[in-house]
This record gives sequence, C-alpha cells and structure tokens, in this order.
Amino acid sequence: MAVLRPFDKLPTLNSGILLLVGPDEALQQRLSETILQEKRDFNINVHLATSLPLPPERDHLRPRIDLIVFMIDIKSKYSLKKVECSLAHVDASFFLGKVCFLVTGVGRVNACSVEMNAVCKLGEAYCSPVLFCELELEDTRVATAQRLVRMLRICAGHIPGVSALSFVSLMRKSDDD
Amino acid sequence: SSNGSGGPRRLSRALPFGRSHGRLGVSSSGRLIVPAPSSQEKADPQKTAFLLRKAWTLYSVTPLYRFRRGRLRDYARLLGAFIAAEKQKGLAVEVGVELDIKVALSSLADLRGSELDQDALLVQLSSRSQASSKNSEDKVVWSGWFCSVFGDDLSENVPEHFTCLPLFLTHGAESYTSLVGSWFQKTFDCCFRRLAISPLNLSWMVAMWAGCKLDRAASAVELVFSVPRLAQPLDISYAIHPEDAKALWDTVQKTPGEITQEEVDVFMDCLYAHFHRHFKIHLSAAKLVKVSTGIASAQCDGIVKILHSQYLPGVLMLLTELAISQIQ
Repeated sequence: MAVLRPFDKLPTLNSGILLLVGPDEALQQRLSETILQEKRDFNINVHLATSLPLPPERDHLRPRIDLIVFMIDIKSKYSLKKVECSLAHVDASFFLGKVCFLVTGVGRVNACSVEMNAVCKLGEAYCSPVLFCELELEDTRVATAQRLVRMLRICAGHIPGVSALSFVSLMRKSDDD
Repeated sequence: SSNGSGGPRRLSRALPFGRSHGRLGVSSSGRLIVPAPSSQEKADPQKTAFLLRKAWTLYSVTPLYRFRRGRLRDYARLLGAFIAAEKQKGLAVEVGVELDIKVALSSLADLRGSELDQDALLVQLSSRSQASSKNSEDKVVWSGWFCSVFGDDLSENVPEHFTCLPLFLTHGAESYTSLVGSWFQKTFDCCFRRLAISPLNLSWMVAMWAGCKLDRAASAVELVFSVPRLAQPLDISYAIHPEDAKALWDTVQKTPGEITQEEVDVFMDCLYAHFHRHFKIHLSAAKLVKVSTGIASAQCDGIVKILHSQYLPGVLMLLTELAISQIQ
C-alpha cells in the first residue's frame, strides 16, 4: 500500500511543496492559484489530489511533500468521507505538524451537511489543526492562502528555530462547558 | 455540560442543532430526547386540527417586550387599524377586490411543552367581501401563530417583561405576513427572521420521523437533493417505502426515545450507500433540500407541513429549537 512519508526523499532546495487533498477540484484549483499569487522568497509547488493514495507510477518524479492540507467542504458529507479514507494512506509521522484540515464553506451555515463535532474530533484524533474558511470570498481566500504559506514555510524548515512540531503544542484546547 | 434531567419530557441540554458555542459550535453530546406522542387527555385535537396539512412558513422571533396576554382584543383592534392605514397608503394587498380585514388574536393553551413555555398566540386575518351579503361567513385569508414548545433554554434566561415565543409560523400571502410582522416589530420591539433549515437538520428530521410508528398506511419517505454547480440545475428525488425506512431506523437506534448524531449518520449513510449501489451517484455530495414522511415534511427554505396531530409536539419542539439557535 502506497503511504506518504515525510522524510523518505531529499528536500528540494529553497522550496515548499504543498499537497491539497479533497474531492472538490474546482475549489482546489482556486485556492492553489491564490496561494501561488502570494509574495514569497521561496518556490512553492502545489500538488492537487482528489484522494489518496497518489498514483504509484509517478512516485519517483514527485518531490518530498512538506505540508498536506485535507479539504473538507461542510456542504458535502462526501468530502468528509473521502478525506477520512485518504487519511489511512498517510504515515503516522506526517501527523507531527505537517498535516492540517481545512474546512471550507463556513460562510453558508444554512447549507451545512457535516456536523462540526465530527470535524473537530477528527482534528483531535489526528493531532492536527483545523482551519475554518470560506474560499468563495476573495478576502478570506487570500487570508487562508497567507496562513497556509506561513505554515508551509515552517514545515519546509525555512524558519530557523521553529519546526512543524510547534503546531502540535499549539493544539492544546481547554475543555469547555 | 449536560443538564440534569427534569421530567421525562425534558431535553438534554446539548442539542445537535449547532447551539452550544454559536452556530458552528461543537455540541457536547449531540443527543436528543424525543417526547412521547401526546396523550389524548392533554391536547384537544379539534383545536389544533387547523394546523395540520397546511404549508407553514417559518420565522424565528426574538422575545416580545411588554406583551400582555390580557390585552389581546386591544392588540387585535390596533393591528386591524394598522393594516387599514397601510392599505390607505396604497400598499395594495389584493388587487381588484375591496376587502375589509378583521383581525382576531387568541391564545392556544394546548401548544406548549414545559411549564416555562408560554401559551401559543394565534393571529388570524379574515375578510368579508363588501359585495357579499351580511350573513356570509368571514373567510380567513391569513393566519400566523407564535409558539414555544420546550423552549426552556431561551425562557430560562430572559429578563423581566419579556415573553418568549421564538417560533412563528405563517400561512397566506406574503404581503400580510410583512404587515403583521412590521406591526409586531414596532409594538413589541422584536425581530423576525426567516428560518432556514440546513441539510444536517433535515437529516435529523427524516431520521426521527421515519422511525415514528403510524397506525395506518403512511406515505413514502422522500428525500429531495439538489445537485450544485451543473449547467442545468438537477434535482434528485429518492423515495423509500415507509416500512423499509422504519425497519432501517429500528436496527440503527439503540435506545428508544433517544437519538444520537451517530445514529442519524448511520441511517443516512445506509440510504446513500443503497442509492450509490444502484445509480453510482454519491448523494452525500449533493445538498439535501426537502424531506417528507407520513408525519411531516420540511424544506430547507423554512417551510413545513405537519400531517399527524399525534406527533405535533415533537415536530414543534424541533422547530422551536431551530428558532432558538437562530436567535442566539
């Protein structure tokens, strides 16, 4: 079974490689375009996939992936199911800060098909941050792209003294109610 | 934190309709306790018969300030005068026919759940055409009613002088709805908003209602999905025999009288999987816009029809909960 591992390849010089996983291709396309428009001082490659595992034929051509973003649309239960199935194809060591869940479509709460509790539990189970955003609005799309670029810089090791493990320690959530 | 239970009909505090921390909040237990179908000696089915089999448009209403139950006839007179004045101003409500609108306000004691709930308030606009004879019957042209069924989470925390009736249901012309709404807004400083029902809440409703026992042959359980982002909009209607749906729900539900989010998910996943096996379409990627069962039907734009008086309190309880979550 092809599993994504974080350190089985050599890193690419002065680059950050981002993998977006989710069944909504049009939304992925829009997000990746916005990400690539961000001003930066290193190369960014965005890879898109509707699900994992990635096709094994091209594996030798693929660079090392620094950050995986799983995209869940709250309007589509199907996207949550696909993401859950894809998680099995990611090596456990990726979940040390190099994975995050991006929940899109939160501007339309009245079209919500996914229960928020389920998504937050997923984030807790996999020790990965859950970001909420609305990609159909340009402002939040740009803000989300900026956040992802910042996270990518840390995951690719470009920030001295800060590693992806810091994300895990920031995940501590106080018990509410 | 979950509420210590009161009587057997009280809800657990953590409800699934996204309430605990704002709209996208995490509900801590995601469990709903369903009230038993109403026993006959409490509710008089004749009084509530007019509610059944009509399409009601739903609104959420913030608490009414200084509403006095004893002044219903004064309010009816004031509202009638307001409507007449608006008609004078040229807001045509009905073209071509001269109508005198009579307003009647009444309380319905049967439509409440807990001790904290206020009696429901019914507003009816009826007309007598000037052309017809004096003895002709008034025809009801519009009706609306405010109610609260187990709306304790709102009623408990409300300050003095406020009356909580968070659910407003209307049937009739939109122009009358806006007239009545404006008068209430001006008089009691409240706010009306159309109540939308998300696909998540619709799936709760269909799971709950499909599992209810009906003594006579019921209509099919139907789910309508709309498929987004196609060149031509596409609606998919998925009809299930009511006995099959009930049998499926019975295998899923673990504790009678109690429903969890997991059970609703399993129920819906079974339906989606069955559809996918036959048609290779993932309904979970489409938007659920309407559900209908033998008990009631509901649409995402906030229109419901209740078909069975026995389950009226249960349906109203769900809708009250939705209204409260929209207000808070």
